[in-house]
Amino acid sequence: MAASYFDVDGTLVRTNLVHPTVYYMMHQQTPIHSLAKIGAAALKAPWLALAELQDRRVFNEMLFASYGGMSEDRLLTLAEETFERVIKANLFPGSRDLVRSCIDKGQDVVIVSGALDFLMDHLARYLGATGVIANKLEIKDRMATGKLLRPVVAGPEKARLVREHARAHGHNLDECFAYSDSYSDVPMLSIVGNPAAVNPDRKLRLLANAYHWPIIRLDRAA
Amino acid sequence: MTHPCVVTIDSRSAPRTLWSGDRLVDVDLPTGTRVVYPKPPLEPLKDVDAAIRYAINHPYNSEPLYAKLRPGMKVTIAIDDISLPLPPMKRPDIRERVLTIVLDLLADHGVDDIEMIIATSVHRRMKDWEVRHMVGDRIMDRFWPKKLYNHDAEKPDGMKYLGTTDEGEDVELNRRAVESDLVIYVNLNFVPMDGGHKSVAVGLCGYRSLRAHHNPKVMRNCHSYMDPSASELATSVTRMGRLTNKKLNVFTIETTINNRMFDRSLDFLSRNEDDLSGSEKMALRALKFSLDKLPQEARQALFDRFPAPYGVTGVFAGETEAVHEHTLRRGYEQYLVPVSGQADILITGVPNISPYNVHSYLNPLLVQVQANGYLFNLYKGAQMVKKGGTMIIMHPCTDKFDNEHHAPYIEFVHRLLPETRDAMELHKRFEKKFSENPAYIEMYRSGHAYHPVHPFFMWYWGEAGRQHLGRMIVVGADNEYIPQLMGWETARTMDEALRMARTTAPPKPDILALHIAPMMMVEMTADKPRHATTDPPRLAP
Repeated sequence: MAASYFDVDGTLVRTNLVHPTVYYMMHQQTPIHSLAKIGAAALKAPWLALAELQDRRVFNEMLFASYGGMSEDRLLTLAEETFERVIKANLFPGSRDLVRSCIDKGQDVVIVSGALDFLMDHLARYLGATGVIANKLEIKDRMATGKLLRPVVAGPEKARLVREHARAHGHNLDECFAYSDSYSDVPMLSIVGNPAAVNPDRKLRLLANAYHWPIIRLDRAA
Repeated sequence: MTHPCVVTIDSRSAPRTLWSGDRLVDVDLPTGTRVVYPKPPLEPLKDVDAAIRYAINHPYNSEPLYAKLRPGMKVTIAIDDISLPLPPMKRPDIRERVLTIVLDLLADHGVDDIEMIIATSVHRRMKDWEVRHMVGDRIMDRFWPKKLYNHDAEKPDGMKYLGTTDEGEDVELNRRAVESDLVIYVNLNFVPMDGGHKSVAVGLCGYRSLRAHHNPKVMRNCHSYMDPSASELATSVTRMGRLTNKKLNVFTIETTINNRMFDRSLDFLSRNEDDLSGSEKMALRALKFSLDKLPQEARQALFDRFPAPYGVTGVFAGETEAVHEHTLRRGYEQYLVPVSGQADILITGVPNISPYNVHSYLNPLLVQVQANGYLFNLYKGAQMVKKGGTMIIMHPCTDKFDNEHHAPYIEFVHRLLPETRDAMELHKRFEKKFSENPAYIEMYRSGHAYHPVHPFFMWYWGEAGRQHLGRMIVVGADNEYIPQLMGWETARTMDEALRMARTTAPPKPDILALHIAPMMMVEMTADKPRHATTDPPRLAP
């Protein structure tokens, strides 16, 4: 049986990692807490922008530091609401059909995202995906520390995690599919036999054209 | 006596100018070669709108369209896609004219639940500006995209199973059409394999139905695609169409056009080179020079940007089979050139015009479809070339694909063909899995790519030609790899190709050349009775 590995942000949904994080910040236990979180994040914004250009892993770690101090209960309670209002509401029109089509062909569908696991679990359930590879927050005494557990799901690390997943589940990578919108996911796309660029950025589009990878526009689907 | 459109080359004859992709090439053909030219365009109808109104009010084997209408009924209008005609027709396209009259009639009778479906089957979706060109501004602005849209053979719950024929062919069609009180099909018949039951039973179906007849076994028993009475493909489609028409209320409108593919100023392209005037020779030379000097993209743009001034030669309406008889007759009247005596060697240029590369490049798989498929099959009666004979084609066979339209073709050509050219093996080993590739299916559904099963069909399309021909030699290929993949030999010049062909031909070979485009067909009478591997299929009336 083959598997399909899906990146999420920009591939299946219009939003990126920042949107759910901001939603969490805006929904702290009091408005004062929310203001404090947003203020701190605003101060970090230039460094985040720089990190995004330099190293996706560093960016993820800096962004998710904003979750530090939130209780595990709050994270999980807000997850469903965040999924409904931020992620589900921003799914591209063709995303569900594409995932459904993979499931109908008997494929294992795995979400591979730098987003947080408790949000991606909701997405996986909604889409019918069978697996999730996502970032996990470190929790101590039922409170988030703001650190990510290793390995951080980003860039080339995604390729290694996909390879491990395929090996563990008996998938032949030559038969597998991978879908992403970003040039940063080229390592993940390159290890499967059937890579596809979805709503690709300019660099990925050029590469996909050069290697004749399928280019899919879920953002324009009817 | 030979037909005026058949010219025999003698020692004083000028070189013939044949298409090689999007260029024109002069070739010296041996004395005695018979060159078949297209017939002049038939005179078009003087009042097309009147002809449309007459046809739908005086249909064949059916009550008039107005008598089928009642207020509040659900009507689906299905329309031929952009693969017809070639090149696209100058505005107004005949489909716009038919649709305008039909829609007015529906409005007069209180029918407002109308949807229009472009019957693409597993072809690529038409782009909005292509649809606008076809249906005109008024219809486009009123109906697109909610009530005028492309067929989607992979839409979840978008298809409905109708039944199975006595031969086990599954008929599954577009749900909206199946659930309508009336289906009106608006056809544009370009070649005799178009139209008839193919319109609804193929245009609105999906892979489940197509696999019944788009397979190597059926394709091998087509002699030819252009003669429905001798085509197992047409026979199968007719069975499925008859089942469809039993369950659905179908009203067919078919239209025929003449072969005026190029503007009058380019009439010299279809004329005997010996008869050209001085100014026509100059114009031909200038055109050749320009095409040689222009970059490929500009040459393609020339073909894309100048729609053809086709004239409408017939409008027929009513019950599908009764209508199609008239359509076929008019088509044959335009295209058929009678020729006696099959050739040992068949020569033809391959222009970059095919139903599957509208607004894109004629990739190597499509060159194969044109050569082994369409051009080989431009006959009625006996094959143009004897069994085991040689076909010489002219095309650069450039290894170039349109990434958007032909994405699955690339993998088919570069991954599957190197494994095997055997159509049966491709069918059994690869077709099902490849046609289910979710990425390619998504490109078909939301982009503008052909369905992943289409490249297989394109290969099978050449099957009858491959089974019949002994050799295929391509002149002017810019690489060796693609012809090798196709199983073809290469020659740098026509002289070299003819020398090669003569090594396996009788001492004084009969040579026949097709001077295409514009479009034409050969009505071939063999010297002796044709020796077909299987009897042509016949359908009980």
